[in-house]
Amino acid sequence: MANKRQITERTMHTLFFVVASASIVMLFMIMIFLFMEGIPIFNEVSVKDFIFGKYWYPTSEPPDFGILSLIVASLSVTLLSALISIPLGILTAIYIAEIASKKVGEIIKPMVELLAALPSVVIGFFGMVLVAPFLQNIFNIPTGLNLFNASLMLAFMSIPTICSLSEDAIHSVPNSLREASLALGATHLETILKVVLPASLSGISTAVILGMSRAIGETMVVLMVAGGAALIPESIFDPVRPMPASIASEMAEAPFRSAHYHALFATGIVLFIFTLLFNIIADHIAHKYKQVGEATL
Amino acid sequence: MPKVQATSSGESVTYKEICVDKPVKIEVKHLNFYYGKVQALQDNSLDFHINEVSALIGPSGCGKSTFLRCLNRMNDLISISRVEGNILLDGLDIYDPSVDVVMLRSRIGMVFQKPNPFPKTIFENVAYGLRVNGFKNKTFIEQRVEESLKLSAIWDEVKDRIHKSALELSGGQQQRVCIARALAVEPEILLMDEPCSALDPIATQKIEELIHQLKKSFTIIIVTHNMQQAARVSDITAFFYMGRLIEKGGTDTIFTRPKLKQTQDYITGRFG
Repeated sequence: MANKRQITERTMHTLFFVVASASIVMLFMIMIFLFMEGIPIFNEVSVKDFIFGKYWYPTSEPPDFGILSLIVASLSVTLLSALISIPLGILTAIYIAEIASKKVGEIIKPMVELLAALPSVVIGFFGMVLVAPFLQNIFNIPTGLNLFNASLMLAFMSIPTICSLSEDAIHSVPNSLREASLALGATHLETILKVVLPASLSGISTAVILGMSRAIGETMVVLMVAGGAALIPESIFDPVRPMPASIASEMAEAPFRSAHYHALFATGIVLFIFTLLFNIIADHIAHKYKQVGEATL
Repeated sequence: MPKVQATSSGESVTYKEICVDKPVKIEVKHLNFYYGKVQALQDNSLDFHINEVSALIGPSGCGKSTFLRCLNRMNDLISISRVEGNILLDGLDIYDPSVDVVMLRSRIGMVFQKPNPFPKTIFENVAYGLRVNGFKNKTFIEQRVEESLKLSAIWDEVKDRIHKSALELSGGQQQRVCIARALAVEPEILLMDEPCSALDPIATQKIEELIHQLKKSFTIIIVTHNMQQAARVSDITAFFYMGRLIEKGGTDTIFTRPKLKQTQDYITGRFG
């Protein structure tokens, strides 16, 4: 009897292990594939010329494989979108967690989270059809499909992440800290700014970085509204070509295993490294500054 | 068993003798308190006098903490709560709509059941109350932080790591930092909600000694589950049961010759 039970136990353990390993194996296989297909480009150009080269003319003769303008585009779009989404996301989170009544908060939070449920193509469509002509008219610029438009759309996409995770972080600050602050004669606002926010800073930082990592990897929106010019932007109204947009639009045309094809995979590697970095930083902050909460004895 | 009667009848002779020379600081008149539809306090009247330590005792859920938290309007934070009756601080009703609750709370310090230092340095914990009350002078703040930490008998233990996180301290030390934090804003009254319930006996003893010291400058009201503690630290003891003030009097009287059997049963550990 006992033996049979042991066998069942062991079988189940193995089964769970295999299932749990599947996604990790998959991830590694994709990574290996990515590197195998990307690395051959460095036979044609050096790593330095690839990353710092200003010219991306993969189909010219001879071709130029410099992705600096793509990297700058990705970073500037992400940064500008962060400038919009961080204040909006965090202030909304504060409102939901600290100011709104419980009922109102319970309505608003799912609504904000629902924003994340919008397919990115819909947001891209919105930016293309509505925001672009609007920007074009208001600012009198040649095209509404540009860095600013893309940043705005990406901000919409990262606000739910930032808001929802920040709200969780703020919500988890123990009530005893709020009470201690109020009991000392602090106002509600002082309590939020000086006690609650510092205490939830690690959670909020994680939220911000995860929101940004979503923005930097987002493809459809930038493909649709960023304008697509592989140039280093000089103003926020210049069209840009972030890395994901470049990969998505060119991959279909690049001949299999050509230099262009490898260059696109190498761009994928760079992008992967950026998102990986964001996630590592988020993880690091979450662990290092973990809120200890109420005093433990 | 004698029938439980309205609060005023519970007043003992000794109580009057003790208090006659000390001015009233807080006067609670017919206080009712509701959590939604549940009435947590029923018609309680009680006075607190300057430079006196009053202990509120009673079994869990008897309303003593709720009573304490009415005194600095901490219960305002519970949206479904409702207060009836009057609480007069120096003769002025603290529930009057014109009262600035932020000002009120800076006059009434509070120490909580569990040590709850902010995740900041020891210095910033104690300086916090000063900063939010508008003090900016650096030397003044440093001075007051040091004084408060000395007053709470924790200075010697923390003076070398005053700029380290308060969360690194032991529970007893944290609680004394929390007391220092409350004292720094120079409140007139100190409310203590079971301040030693999470501490070991040695830390408890330190806090009790501290209460004796602080009595000289503050009006102290302490909620405690610990009968011996009430006997050791307080001048006046009030016994609560089921949301009612059952008996109040000089601590000696309450612990040696309580008027009501219910009080005696609780004190001698027959229930609660």
